[in-house]
Amino acid sequence: MANSVANFMDWVDARFPLTQVWKEHLAEYYAPKNFNFWYYFGSLALLVLVNQIITGIWLTMNYKPDAALAFASVEYIMRDVNWGWLIRYLHSTGASAFFIVVYLHMFRGLIYGSYKQPRELIWILGMLIYLCLMAEAFMGYLLPWGQMSYWGAQVIISLFGAIPGIGEDLALWIRGDYVVADATLNRFFAFHVIALPLVLVVLVFLHIVALHHVGSNNPDGVDIKKYKDKNGKPLDGIPFHPYYTVKDIVGVVGFLIIFFAIIFFAPEMGGWFLEKDNFIPADPLKTPEHIVPLWYFTPFYAILRAVPDKFGGVLAMGGAIVVLFLLPWLDRSPVKSIRYRGTLYKMMLSIFVISFIALGYLGTQPATPEHTMYARICAVIYFAFFLLMPFYTSINEDERVPNRVTS
Amino acid sequence: MNDGVDLKRRRVLTATATVVGGIGAVFAAVPFVSSMQPSAKAQAAGAPVKVDISKLEPGQLLVVEWRGKPVWILQRTKEVLDDLLTQNDLLRDPNSEKSEQPAYCKNTNRSKKEDLLVAIGICTHLGCSPTYVPEKGDTPMVGWVGGFFCPCHGSRFDLAGRVYQGVPAPLNLVIPPYSFLDDNTLLIGEDGGTA
Repeated sequence: MANSVANFMDWVDARFPLTQVWKEHLAEYYAPKNFNFWYYFGSLALLVLVNQIITGIWLTMNYKPDAALAFASVEYIMRDVNWGWLIRYLHSTGASAFFIVVYLHMFRGLIYGSYKQPRELIWILGMLIYLCLMAEAFMGYLLPWGQMSYWGAQVIISLFGAIPGIGEDLALWIRGDYVVADATLNRFFAFHVIALPLVLVVLVFLHIVALHHVGSNNPDGVDIKKYKDKNGKPLDGIPFHPYYTVKDIVGVVGFLIIFFAIIFFAPEMGGWFLEKDNFIPADPLKTPEHIVPLWYFTPFYAILRAVPDKFGGVLAMGGAIVVLFLLPWLDRSPVKSIRYRGTLYKMMLSIFVISFIALGYLGTQPATPEHTMYARICAVIYFAFFLLMPFYTSINEDERVPNRVTS
Repeated sequence: MNDGVDLKRRRVLTATATVVGGIGAVFAAVPFVSSMQPSAKAQAAGAPVKVDISKLEPGQLLVVEWRGKPVWILQRTKEVLDDLLTQNDLLRDPNSEKSEQPAYCKNTNRSKKEDLLVAIGICTHLGCSPTYVPEKGDTPMVGWVGGFFCPCHGSRFDLAGRVYQGVPAPLNLVIPPYSFLDDNTLLIGEDGGTA
């Protein structure tokens, strides 16, 4: 029996590098031994991606991408399809969970300097995943064809209209009609269920390939490949499987407990995961009193609103995302991890985190003059964190980084 | 050394094939890009809309749909028209120089008939439909004389659809072409040859 399994593996390996892939990426992929809590979110992001794909496929079995039928078909899924409510809530709550996990994953990269040389491409691929995810979430939100779906899409597509010269034609091309209409819904469905998921899966694959090529960073930000044993294995490294697969399973269990608690007891999260106005069918004649995007877009939405100029606002919002791509080159400090950074950097990071969360909150609030003023202050801090980074990271007050990982 | 391979010739052929292939790829993209433009059916929609305005009271806002967009019809009072004259200094484009309207509406009231406003109720910022706030007071702006307030991003317009300064909307509300079939019937979407 064992012999025939070995023979079969030999047969496969002669035709496909199965054992080699298993070793390179799992059994003999040496990851630093000091991974902590923050290192759960990569594998959790993968888990949520799988959840979105599976529940998404099941939702398309009953959803109708037609302006006249879409809203009712979602209610049909919720009420009449067996377990439809569970599959739909897994998908809609999964979208918010995806962003929570991805934001924490990005924050991990930020505090431990995981974007720095030689991991710039991992960061850029990750940012492309984030962009793709935003497009995916935005287009998915149109599909229930509720009031927020409709007016949210109207606002976001109009952003393209602010580009001088080609803007109006571009917005028309995206909509496929003079207003957000059936044509828009139908094409967003196509992008949401096939085009973007394909791109997303390819990007995730490339993200992992790039990571495994250079090896994982760690909370100390030291290179574990410098100190190897006589077999050439890093002294501070442990094989991903079984050590981190088991650790990640603990993370998965913890995540699922919280995830399902939300799905069973607060799937709409009081309007944060599914907005109340989206339970009203789309009405092209009436904008809801208070229109806001879902929470994961609100920091950028607040930046958009902070600028009292149409194109200026769009530029600021786009710039807020573009500047993230440049992070590896804005940070001039030789130190990766926050553990060995100077006070100045820690202060800047704290102010940045506070202002990012504040922007997220302000983006959910009505555009009163006071809110706009706070949003302006926070937007300036947001950009200052990145654009002043070459200066405050050059002032060398960092601590000495140890040669080996510390715990 | 190079086994009789003419490298220069090979480079020229590779470059030529790349260019020809590239041009082919661009042409192949044309149907796909064009397919996303509004279809013939979407372009044909948008017939003019007839509206009975006989029951419109002063100060009342009527919303009708034209080309999928809300069109506002507002019967303005004499007081409102007087107030409009006082707002010029606060407006971004008081004389509608840059804004979109038929030539016959490029006046202070932005209308064909002095008291009747017909405007597309879509904010020129990002396309929300502003709210009608006729009450005078200090919201949404100190010294408010009545107008439209966009809940999305706080843009303000007066009751002639003219945009105030210091808000994100760049232009006045768009005025659609319209004409009167008789005293009580409005036709939105057609000039009636008087343009």
